[in-house]
Amino acid sequence: MPVLSIDALLDDRGTEIIVCCGSGGVGKTTTSAALALRAAERGRKVVVLTIDPARRLAQSMGIEALDNTPRPVADIETSGGGALDAMMLDMKRTFDEVVESQASPEKAKQILENPFYVALSSSFAGTQEYMAMEKLGQLHREALGQGTYDLIVVDTPPSRSALDFLDAPERLSSFLDGRLIRLLVAPARGPARLMTAGLSVVTNALGKILGSQMLRDVQMFVTALDTLFGSFRQRAEKTFALLQADGTAFIVVASPEPDALREAAYFVDRLTDDDMPLAGLVINRASPSARTELSAEEAISAADRLRAQDSSSLTAGLLQLHADRVRIIEREQHLRERFAASHPHVPTAVVPAMASDVHDLDGLREIGVRLADQA
Amino acid sequence: MTAHPDRSPDWPQVSLHVVTGKGGTGKSTVAAALALALATTGKNVLLCEVEGRQGIAKMFDVDPLPYAERRITKGAPDEDGRGGQVFALHIDPESALLEYLAMYYKLGRAGKALDRFGVIDFATTVAPGVRDVLLTGKVYEAVQRPRGGRKKDQITYDAVVLDAPPTGRIGQFLNVNSELAGLAKVGPVKSQADNIMNVLRSPRTAVHLVTILEEMPVQETSDAIEELRAAGLPVGGIVVNLVRPQALSPSELALVRDDAVDPTSVTSELKRAKVDVGAALVASLVDEGRDHAVRRQLEDEQRELVAAEDLPTYELPRLANGIDHGALLELAQLLRTQGMA
Repeated sequence: MPVLSIDALLDDRGTEIIVCCGSGGVGKTTTSAALALRAAERGRKVVVLTIDPARRLAQSMGIEALDNTPRPVADIETSGGGALDAMMLDMKRTFDEVVESQASPEKAKQILENPFYVALSSSFAGTQEYMAMEKLGQLHREALGQGTYDLIVVDTPPSRSALDFLDAPERLSSFLDGRLIRLLVAPARGPARLMTAGLSVVTNALGKILGSQMLRDVQMFVTALDTLFGSFRQRAEKTFALLQADGTAFIVVASPEPDALREAAYFVDRLTDDDMPLAGLVINRASPSARTELSAEEAISAADRLRAQDSSSLTAGLLQLHADRVRIIEREQHLRERFAASHPHVPTAVVPAMASDVHDLDGLREIGVRLADQA
Repeated sequence: MTAHPDRSPDWPQVSLHVVTGKGGTGKSTVAAALALALATTGKNVLLCEVEGRQGIAKMFDVDPLPYAERRITKGAPDEDGRGGQVFALHIDPESALLEYLAMYYKLGRAGKALDRFGVIDFATTVAPGVRDVLLTGKVYEAVQRPRGGRKKDQITYDAVVLDAPPTGRIGQFLNVNSELAGLAKVGPVKSQADNIMNVLRSPRTAVHLVTILEEMPVQETSDAIEELRAAGLPVGGIVVNLVRPQALSPSELALVRDDAVDPTSVTSELKRAKVDVGAALVASLVDEGRDHAVRRQLEDEQRELVAAEDLPTYELPRLANGIDHGALLELAQLLRTQGMA
């Protein structure tokens, strides 16, 4: 397996955006924060966009509030000329801002108050994906315009599937071009008699299912939003292009577990298919290697022999633990090899598990060291 | 927690077991093991997945599941070596929507027109929340299915186990119908949404939380419990998964942690066990033991936090060789002896 050189990636001024993705529970947020901190302490001007950080990790970075504003992280080493800001995504606020920036104040008010908009922007699944990408686009424009940052590190939402995140811009785009929009907008605009037979069948069916009041709400919402759709699509397409650009680097994060590595393989394939620039794979939480060569089988049979004589033997316990450790390491090794066999060209960095949870800058620094140290 | 070999199950009144947990805690494994454990002789259990991962097929090593209930295996065997039937269903929103439209509205031509106009696609991908409404709706249908209903070939289930979305999304997922009922003030959608919420909030449902003994998952578990309670959703038990081997007693753990192990006694014991022993081997084993003891101490701290939730709690070991069908049966038996099923 080729090795992923984290420091080369972070030090390359051509790297403008790093996107960390992978399935839930693999340490994506921690990896994003550790990469951002390391880059900043190596002289980059960095902003890290986190989605849903653990409380204590967020506190240690000074982003307790979900306020959509990048805030400087205190107590970092700035002798290299770098800096680090951190922010937590507020998806509703981000959505509101897009509406406010695109519509007249009167129209914006109408949209923001629509019950469908409220549900869409605050509580339902899927919106996070769009808004994370929207915020990335905003930060990037800002960084270019004002020179505030030269590296943006993005954590991605814990999607049900890896696809949600990549497909978000395109899905929105194709929906906006779709006939459904025309259908929903039509009755509010033209006289009903202009509708084709097909249309009325569909609106009748929708009315039957949703009830007429809800259908009316939906139609009002879509009509109000209609004028904004063009700009929504443009933004989505721009973000997609930004993700494909040379300055972007995707890092797929996984843990040495079958599910996480399967998702990672899937993600690597999707990124490749969509011509997204893949930097490599990070395997977090690898079990620390054994300290002796004694095999699991030898350890177990020795433990059995000891227990036959003395059921409370401490040495038997130690041997049993060693056997357990060796088996887990072998299993992880096997899983990694299987991944490498199907994806031989993906540079990989393996990060040994920490003894305890990470919730301060020192912990993040240590992760950074382990990420970079792949000897 | 002690094993009660003959204890009666803790959830006799529950027909819908929702299993959630933070990513990486093994919630799908626990859901599958629970289904095997619940499927005692004469019982039918349905295991549902809703996240499009085909995780059930992979765990049981069968072909990818269609949108149809398939018998996949037998339940974990009882003392007589017999077990019930475990069925599996992979629920995808598109199929659920088409089935729903056909079942409740008999749309015929209009159903096709909806598809042509992109309504199906819209509803299942772009429209907020509709996905979750459809997924929970199908689960509801399986739970509510009347015994000996009109369709003779339909199976009825004694229990349904739902491998649900992760804890970060579970409140939203289960509560989506109440949001919908709020949006649709009248009409068929509202009554359907209300019916689903009535079952989800009733004692027939239990939402079980899977965690591991680490800080973040335990914190998320406690947040989820609070969220579920606030939404009026019935919290079930906590399954503590991937517990490290208990090869050392508390006093031995303390000894190892404090660097108070006598190397000469380990050396002589290893010799007695006919291991080719050197000082390096002894030091390595003791070092590994210390790593383990430090982790165990952290686990114990988290275990106290779990206990403070004061919910029925079950523990499952980390199996060094990973999860296959045999391992699932082993876990199922452990859930039974602890009274979860």
